[in-house]
Amino acid sequence: MSPKMQNNPRPSLLYRMFDSDAGYKFRSSPITVLAGVVAVLMIGAAILAPLIAPFDPFNKASIDLMNSLTPPAWQQGGNPAFLLGTDDQGRDLLSAILYGTRTSVMVGAISVLLAVTAGIFLGLIAGYFGGIVDALVMRIVDIQMTFPAIMVALMIDGVSRTLLPRDRHDDLAIFVIILAMALSIWPQVARTVRASTMVERGREYVQAAQVIGRGPWVIMARHVLPNVMGPVLVIATINLGVAILGEATLSFLGVGIPASEPSLGTLIRIGNNFIFSGERWMLIYPGLTLALLVLSVNLLGDWMRDVLDPKLR
Amino acid sequence: MIRFVLQRLVQAATVLIVVALLAFVMFRYAGDPVAQMVSQDTTFEDRAALREAMGLNDPLPVQFAEFVVRVVHGNFGLSYQMGQPVAGLLADRLPASIELSLVAFSIALLVGVPMGVYAGLRPNGWISRLFLIVSLAGISLPTFFIGIMLILVFGVELSIFPTFGRGETVDLGGWTTGLLTFSGWHSIILPAITLGLFQMTFIMRLVRAEMLEVLRTDYIKFARARGIDNGRINFRYALRNTLVPVMTIAGLQLGSIIAFGIVTESVFQWPGIGLLFLQAISTVDIPVMSTYLLLVAVIFVSINLIVDILYFLVDPRLRISDKR
Repeated sequence: MSPKMQNNPRPSLLYRMFDSDAGYKFRSSPITVLAGVVAVLMIGAAILAPLIAPFDPFNKASIDLMNSLTPPAWQQGGNPAFLLGTDDQGRDLLSAILYGTRTSVMVGAISVLLAVTAGIFLGLIAGYFGGIVDALVMRIVDIQMTFPAIMVALMIDGVSRTLLPRDRHDDLAIFVIILAMALSIWPQVARTVRASTMVERGREYVQAAQVIGRGPWVIMARHVLPNVMGPVLVIATINLGVAILGEATLSFLGVGIPASEPSLGTLIRIGNNFIFSGERWMLIYPGLTLALLVLSVNLLGDWMRDVLDPKLR
Repeated sequence: MIRFVLQRLVQAATVLIVVALLAFVMFRYAGDPVAQMVSQDTTFEDRAALREAMGLNDPLPVQFAEFVVRVVHGNFGLSYQMGQPVAGLLADRLPASIELSLVAFSIALLVGVPMGVYAGLRPNGWISRLFLIVSLAGISLPTFFIGIMLILVFGVELSIFPTFGRGETVDLGGWTTGLLTFSGWHSIILPAITLGLFQMTFIMRLVRAEMLEVLRTDYIKFARARGIDNGRINFRYALRNTLVPVMTIAGLQLGSIIAFGIVTESVFQWPGIGLLFLQAISTVDIPVMSTYLLLVAVIFVSINLIVDILYFLVDPRLRISDKR
């Protein structure tokens, strides 16, 4: 960090966020606090899955087919070693859910990160330079926003299947999904960033920077970017939920993450095969995990939208 | 307004050309079209001749033009998987999807609008709060999970609804409908609720927000001051003005009904085009995939265009400001 930044009397973004309306609204809304706690716990457990999961679901040596289809520990026939029961291959469901949440959160976070990076870059240059760059970027955004995100993702998956050899597709599936989700989210980011950049471009501080001879890229990165980040944070949070749901939907449809390294959607897909035979736990617990995760992320997104960007409401 | 419509038309044409290009690239480069048509022991010379006859050696723009001409004539090729013309396969499946979408959309409107009006009129009532919580759940729960839960509760546990298929259908000269038989209606209820739930919560939130806004305006206060009774104010004056944005957004949401139709059709094994598309993806049946993409693009683009134009027709204020 440069000395100039330290001399800046304005407190950091984090401090301002918690000292402002946002902090107050967060503390005063029990549902938001609960959602925050749940989200942090779930994402934390997902990241730490290899440390806290009782079994390693990818280690074939630890799986015993004799343990398959054990019900949850509190039901008749349950085994205390497998708290939420096991699947048809004898994998511990709790461990599978922890690892699955990890895959889901990771795919969601990386795709949102990619989308935000691309969206900020294209939105900044579209808003700052205007003219033909703007027209080009915005036409692409308009065209892509004609289609719902899940549709774009399905199309990309379909195209990738035709272009990649079939045996390679499973290995690359996770990257295809990340790319598909990122591609379906970036237009929203680009659109918002462009709109705020166009406002900021006319402000005096930008003109001052231009007058002292700073180049357009420096102005965009150092001066405009910090001032357009608020709405981007909101969109990123809301779309984290969207991306997690999108990945789960694709995996459920069988065009997402393969069953060898299941995400929550894949687990629900597997559980759905047992819907008529009574082994409900394989369906219900991954489903509830997914619902709780997305619900808490959405609640956090709602709170952020309320305090950071009332225009988006 | 004419400028606006022209602009939209150009944009719509661009979308269609891009999707057609995508479909063409899939058609042309994913696998060898000749290899799909000949048997193992066709000689190399015969293959080359067929390649020439099919125009695969022509310059690419010519090939693309020919592809577009074929598509416009309704010739989408044969399904690799089923060996039948793709156009026929889609036409067989289309009625099931359209009926499901329409019933789902009707449920969303018929339930969502009254819920929204109620929540808008009594923003602090406990029923309104309940509606809001339910709507947040409706947005957060994935469509497929709602479908599975409905199957589990109403199909498996209570067994009062069928869990797959569309029941008995009646053939009306090429249009098979399930809406004329009891088992058809019986089968469509769960999938339609699944598909409509997200739209319903969405419409409800929108109507509520619009109602809250309209009820604050001067003309409503004036109407109250005149002593017009509440029912008349709420429904004749307030609700009417909320319906303009609701119509626009709801129209645009038809697109996501089609998208999530794929999910619903997969959960309920509903024999529509979405299920066909999913099967085509997993078997890499390129003609079916590319035709579906084209069809969906045409539907989306038409819906967007109609909604844009409808906006002008419904809201006179836009036309007046345009003339100035």
